[in-house]
Amino acid sequence: MTSLTNDRVSSPPEKLPDPSPGSRRARNPRAPYVFMLPAVVLFVFSIAVPIMYTAFLSLRTVKVQGLGLGPGSRTEVWAGLSNYGRTLSDGDFLSSVLRVLGYGLVVIPVMLGLALLFALLLDSVRVRARRFSRLVIFMPYAVPAVISSLLWGFLYLPAVSPFTYAADQVGVTLPQPMAPGLVLFAIANIAVWGGVGFNMIVLYTALRSIPSELYEAARIDGCNELQIAWRIKIPVILPSLIMTSVFGMITTLQVFAEPTVLRPLTNNISTSWSPLMMIYRDAFTRNDIYSASATSVVLAVATFVLSFGFLRLVQNRAFAQENR
Amino acid sequence: MRRTLRGSLVALSVSALFLTACSGGSSDGASGSQDEATKPGEKVELNFWAWAPEMDKTVEVWNESHPDIHVTVNKQDGGDPAVTKLLTATKAGSGAPDLMQAEYQALPTMVAAGALADIKGDLSGEAQGHFADGVWNAVTLGTDAVYAVPQDAAPLMFFYRSDVFDKLKIKVPTTWDEYAQAARTIHKADKKKYLGTFSANDAGLFAGLTQQNGASWWGIDGDAWSVNIDSDASRKVAQYWGGLVEEGVIDNTPMYTPGWNSALNKGTQVGWVSAVWAPGVLAGNAADTKGKWKVAPMPQWTSGANVSGSWGGSSTAVTSQSKHKAAAAEFAEWLNTSADGVKALATISNVYPADQKNTAAALTEPPAFFKDQPDFYEVAAKVAGTTAPFTYGPNTNVAYSAFNDAFGKAAQSKSAAAFTQALTTMQTQTVEDLKSSGFTTK
Repeated sequence: MTSLTNDRVSSPPEKLPDPSPGSRRARNPRAPYVFMLPAVVLFVFSIAVPIMYTAFLSLRTVKVQGLGLGPGSRTEVWAGLSNYGRTLSDGDFLSSVLRVLGYGLVVIPVMLGLALLFALLLDSVRVRARRFSRLVIFMPYAVPAVISSLLWGFLYLPAVSPFTYAADQVGVTLPQPMAPGLVLFAIANIAVWGGVGFNMIVLYTALRSIPSELYEAARIDGCNELQIAWRIKIPVILPSLIMTSVFGMITTLQVFAEPTVLRPLTNNISTSWSPLMMIYRDAFTRNDIYSASATSVVLAVATFVLSFGFLRLVQNRAFAQENR
Repeated sequence: MRRTLRGSLVALSVSALFLTACSGGSSDGASGSQDEATKPGEKVELNFWAWAPEMDKTVEVWNESHPDIHVTVNKQDGGDPAVTKLLTATKAGSGAPDLMQAEYQALPTMVAAGALADIKGDLSGEAQGHFADGVWNAVTLGTDAVYAVPQDAAPLMFFYRSDVFDKLKIKVPTTWDEYAQAARTIHKADKKKYLGTFSANDAGLFAGLTQQNGASWWGIDGDAWSVNIDSDASRKVAQYWGGLVEEGVIDNTPMYTPGWNSALNKGTQVGWVSAVWAPGVLAGNAADTKGKWKVAPMPQWTSGANVSGSWGGSSTAVTSQSKHKAAAAEFAEWLNTSADGVKALATISNVYPADQKNTAAALTEPPAFFKDQPDFYEVAAKVAGTTAPFTYGPNTNVAYSAFNDAFGKAAQSKSAAAFTQALTTMQTQTVEDLKSSGFTTK
């Protein structure tokens, strides 16, 4: 069984048609580079240059003379690593990092758990209205995060929330979703609502590609549906689960739209609630693009380390069987 | 989720790139530089960035009567985006308009970036006499220079539901003690009703409230900035509102939320300390309460006094990149002090002009939402003359964002002590920011 699954997952097609690359290269050595050019240009100008420029800015700062009024009183100078020092020793930044880590611990398991559950349900034999259900579960993903946060914001505000109104009619007092202890869950809820559909589709697609002979074999061996799900489906789609977890971790560290939209509605979301909100505040509200750049670099490195660290950790386990 | 997050990231980095890509050339727009010479009979073309409604039609009045100087309005999204655009153009060395509508609290930031010209020499000596001292102080920053001509004023006033006050037999408060008493009476009669809310999202309003009590958050002291956010005057105001929130007779949720709008419309928020532009907001958010609102001068700290603060308002500034500064200043003075200009501002653009000589003649009818109060603009005119002087600083934006966070926590904790603590936090962050940028501070 394992060998079959591994074929699906990672082994390359066995025979590649051989275009005798040596002779081609000799005839037209520049062709591959010409084909690469558009992608390289796009990459350089829309990714590499901005990243390098951000790194450059993070080492600069503005110095003001006296009152700072009038031209010539501000000069851009080298700041060394002082912007990084300020970022890393900033209590607001550290607590925003801890906050999103806690947020991730809520969002990722719940979102992936629900996505997996829905994918398995849709994939099971007996389900009806499959196409319709799939669409309905996927639909929230098509709603932009700003819009969904606005919608949920209306539902969270006691003065306009239909839930509060209905509860009042029957004499029940609901907890306020944007109270200090709950606001993290209120934001997590929006992310889960929007993210389940996408992850469900990824997992469902992986499930559909499992050959049905596997199930037949399992049934002949006496497996029921639950056992098939647990023993076959989940192990087979493990790589997809890992991929969606990595995506989930990246989006968690970069959560921005939901808390930014909810912030004006409550006292309990600060302007530095998440690291990205703090970067935005420093760059565009406080006009300090330099320390915002330093914080961006720190956040990018942290995202990189976390996602690759996670990949290494789980990939060894997930694919260990291959090497057996 | 992923897609939109990535979208916002891209937007962020693109705009960051755009913002700073232009920062290479240092600004050389020295104020008072020579205007480009114009031949007699040649038409001067001026570009004007503004966001007040119908400003192009207001400017049409000028263009018809001044064939030599033609002004074109370039409509902006609002105060903050326009400032960002102008600062970018200033750094780039080109692309700025000749004239710019600028909010008072943004002036120091713009002056500090070298974006505005000192137009003192281009204005006639009479300009200053048209404005209240507090308003004039905002365009000079307390220095000898003049960086803009005041355009609209936004004096604080007290708006209240007269029907609710009549029913509960409450007199319109003239002091803050009476205001607190009225808040208690209203909340006692109906636990869902509040006379107002303390909004941690509106630093501008809180600044205006402390201004009324004589605070000025920044000051220029020779060659150094002073920061006085955590002053006795501000502390008294913070303590007062914190006390009302702690007592529970004033709400603690922010303004300008769907919840606040619905509270105004349903009549659970029955008063609003706001500025002269409030009728427009109320008409939009609380249409069902039309005709039930009245306006009164602000409650006072000392009985019998007559002082107010302001919340918002803007001026017309000439940029340092303008090649026709004298002509631009002439237009700015006409727009904001002449009988025709002020009338056009008030009746076409629907702003409340800062001018005190010609405004009364221009505004005879009360706003439609206050049709039962014929003396609306008389009250406003009386209050407008009493705004206390207030100096904004070169990092007003930092102080304001510190306000959001510090007072958000304080309002949530519902304790008066937390309110004064929040002031200290604001003061510390604002001073630290000035120092780390290298400003001389005192």
